[in-house]
Amino acid sequence: MIHFVLLISRQGKVRLIKWYSPYSQKERTKVIRELSGVILTRGPKLCNFVEWRGFKVVYKRYASLYFCMCIDQDDNELEILEIIHHYVEILDRYFGSVCELDLIFNFHKAYYILDEILIAGELQESSKKTVALLIAAQDSLVETAKEQAGSISNIIAQATK
Amino acid sequence: MNPFSSGTRLRDMIRAIRACKTAAEERAVVRKECAAIRAAINENDQDYRHRNLAKLMFIHMLGYPTHFGQMECLKLIASAGFPEKRIGYLGLMLLLDERQEVLMLVTNSLKQDLNHSNQYIVGLALCALGNICSAEMARDLAPEVERLLQFRDPNVRKKAALCSIRIIKKVPDLAENFINPASSLLKEKHHGVLITGVQLCMDLCKVSSEALEYVRKKCIEGLVKTLRDIANSPYSPEYDIAGITDPFLHIRLLKLLRILGQGDADASDCMNDILAQVATKTESKKNAGNAILYECVETIMSIEDNGGLRVLAINILGRFLSNRDNNIRYVALNMLMKAIVVDAQAVQRHRATILECVKDSDASIRKRALELVYLLVNESNVKPLTKELIEYLEVSDQEFKGDLTAKICSLVEKFSPEKIWYIDQMLKVLSEAGNFVKDEVWHALIVVISNASDLHGYTVRALYRAFQTSTEQESLVRVAVWCIGEYGDMLVNNVGMLDIEEPITVTESDTVDAVEVAIKRHTLDLTTKAMALIALLKLSSRFPSCSERIKDIIVQNKRSLMLELQQRSIEFNCILQKHQNIRSALLERMPVLDEATFSGRRAGSLHTAISTSTGAPHNLQNGIAKPAAAPIADLLDLSSDDAAAPSSSGGDFLMDLLGVDLSPASAPSGTSQPPKAGTDVLLDLLSIGTSPPAQSSSSASDILSSSQDNKAPLANLNGLASLSSLPANATSPASPVPMMDLLDGLGPIPQKHEENGPAYPSLVAYESSSLRMTFNFSKQPGNPQMTLIQATFTNLSPNVYNDFLFQAAVPKFLQLHLDPASSNTLPASGNGSITQNLKVTNSQQGKEP
Repeated sequence: MIHFVLLISRQGKVRLIKWYSPYSQKERTKVIRELSGVILTRGPKLCNFVEWRGFKVVYKRYASLYFCMCIDQDDNELEILEIIHHYVEILDRYFGSVCELDLIFNFHKAYYILDEILIAGELQESSKKTVALLIAAQDSLVETAKEQAGSISNIIAQATK
Repeated sequence: MNPFSSGTRLRDMIRAIRACKTAAEERAVVRKECAAIRAAINENDQDYRHRNLAKLMFIHMLGYPTHFGQMECLKLIASAGFPEKRIGYLGLMLLLDERQEVLMLVTNSLKQDLNHSNQYIVGLALCALGNICSAEMARDLAPEVERLLQFRDPNVRKKAALCSIRIIKKVPDLAENFINPASSLLKEKHHGVLITGVQLCMDLCKVSSEALEYVRKKCIEGLVKTLRDIANSPYSPEYDIAGITDPFLHIRLLKLLRILGQGDADASDCMNDILAQVATKTESKKNAGNAILYECVETIMSIEDNGGLRVLAINILGRFLSNRDNNIRYVALNMLMKAIVVDAQAVQRHRATILECVKDSDASIRKRALELVYLLVNESNVKPLTKELIEYLEVSDQEFKGDLTAKICSLVEKFSPEKIWYIDQMLKVLSEAGNFVKDEVWHALIVVISNASDLHGYTVRALYRAFQTSTEQESLVRVAVWCIGEYGDMLVNNVGMLDIEEPITVTESDTVDAVEVAIKRHTLDLTTKAMALIALLKLSSRFPSCSERIKDIIVQNKRSLMLELQQRSIEFNCILQKHQNIRSALLERMPVLDEATFSGRRAGSLHTAISTSTGAPHNLQNGIAKPAAAPIADLLDLSSDDAAAPSSSGGDFLMDLLGVDLSPASAPSGTSQPPKAGTDVLLDLLSIGTSPPAQSSSSASDILSSSQDNKAPLANLNGLASLSSLPANATSPASPVPMMDLLDGLGPIPQKHEENGPAYPSLVAYESSSLRMTFNFSKQPGNPQMTLIQATFTNLSPNVYNDFLFQAAVPKFLQLHLDPASSNTLPASGNGSITQNLKVTNSQQGKEP
């Protein structure tokens, strides 16, 4: 299974972090710091797999962001590379040519999308189209709810004027 | 309304934080925002709860503490609207983890949401549950999730499947409930449900053997068919990745088939065809295809044997190995390590490529390749492989050198075909990377060197040359110093030249120079300096002309701040000045260190009860023979008369002596009653032999007891043989264990030793008012196993002994040959004596009994 997903910028800032295994708050900071150190110092031509603390970490760099996933020893590293790419492509479709800034200002949306791809550290859906449809459906629910709330507060505002 | 109480929008807060130039600025902004959020929480603000939680999550990602927001998550989850629940669950998953008790409070909300009519809300709840539920929550909500596995909507079904995985991992007992619904998921068409269903079955089979049986029986054909369908399916835009339809599904199915086929021949049979098809037909140009092939190879190697498939698999790995992509090569090396167990021959064919990988620029690949090479070494290929590895050692970088050195040393030790090759390789490694070499490795080298007596000259010359060039490699310096000390004379006199060598001229003072360099240059290393001091002492014995100079060097360390060095230099100085008569005997060539014992000890099978009390690590495992500093110190300081030779006159002597356990013993050989005068004497001898000075003997045997199992029969016998320790008259039972020497060295021997080739003091083996038996020992040079004893019997009583017969018995590892005595009649009152020669051959010479 995937133990955690970590997105860090080239300067080591965390853009997204999702834990699928129990790590206490202290352990989390430590893990992030350690792993950032290991990954950010790797050269460009090296393979995308690092052995770390008895786990394997698969990472891939997209522009200024490193996408890292920590897996068990008996998992298929090449498949995880595909999963990372799957996620990036869906983000790309959703935001339209996604860049790091999109992920900073809309981090909650990045999380929602991740939640449609992975649960409990396992892959949930292999079709990009399906994921996009689900996200769109939920977004529209949010939109309608906002509109309704907007209209009610309008009414109240009118009433209390 | 206070405009400020609404707080900033999320977007604006993020902008503000990013605009901060320093950490202090950022902390200020964050503090302000947190204060506003806390105020809003206290007021129970409804409107901006959503936004506040989003802000809190961002602040959390920056690394600040946000525990005060945890209850907000709960409140949001409990709200009715979808947007609130969405952000509430997200906050829950981010800010909390399963170990916190607050989590339990969500259980009720979760239960309600799992029963909601809106499938997206159900989805949110399943997602949260699947990611962070604790064991209790899992138990509580398992029935809901189970029911949801058959929900009308595939979106919910797939989420429920993954949620179930977490539940059965947390509460394995519940696994049985999920077996049936899980296996029905396998018949679905929807890819998402299929993938998650397959994953659920995999985890079920890992957790419950019942599930494994069930799935094996019922579902295998279905799975094989599904895989075949997907492999043969036409282009599908929704699932296509790099020309393959849904590689993820391929891989999951292969994984499940692996679990089902492992250990079950029938199941393995079912899948042979499809595995062959996948292995041969899958395109391997892109990562997706390679991922599938990788999984396929893993499966083939794990299920029950099918020759053809295995060959196919290893060929695929061979292709991977020559792929330019680093990832593929890494993965191939990984797989080959597992494959070697199954089919070592096939992997050997790729040895050259693997060797190339050891030199790869990628550290992960190098490491894997090195481990793999290590597994591939056997007697036939060890020489070329080692050559390559050592060549690489010279150019590898520092982090890798440690690993590489350890592996090379280990290889060389395990597989070396002849000693000279071993010594050569080790010297190269030490010259190149001596600082990475562990202590036991160079200890082993010294043991081997000492055993290879014909190579002593060669070794010391090679070391001398190496020492000139690589003085910064600590281990090399130590080994060199030891050898120069031991075999310095061979170095100077070019003894034992082999054909391949070139002669070198080394004068006596050159050797002293070399050792002096070792002392002076390595100012911090205690071990090296200590070894150098001893080496100097040995040289002073071998090259008496350099004694003065050596003395000067040694004296310089008299005031050293390190106790060890100070002690040694004072003691050695003492020997040099006052005890020249014993010096040569003291510093004789060390006896051959026994390899068998050494490796036994290294394996931990023997418990080395005494390492020298000096604690100098250089004193080797079989260190007894070495004249250790401390006992000598005691010897010299405590003994009142300096003339008394310490018994440890060169370990040679002691070992032999102790090994030559020549006490006339009755025991093991089962001598029946010898009703002869002589034998009575024997028995008496024995009884005296075993009587104390018991204090010392018991202390001695205590120390030794831990390492000897069958000392008991021998314990008695040693009585006569020992020159040991103790005060004056007694012959204490010294165990034949070499370690005894340390204590043996403590007492003066009753008699001065005589010059007799390697000189051994004679021993009064037995003395009473009526009889005295004296043994004179000698050994022929070149035959260390045999000891000649001349026994002299003197009659101290007023009566004449007629028909005096001396018999002796020895333990099994000795052979005894008695020459006829000079006469049978022993005149009284010491007026004459009988002599008899005995020859004792020790078949275990040099070994620890």
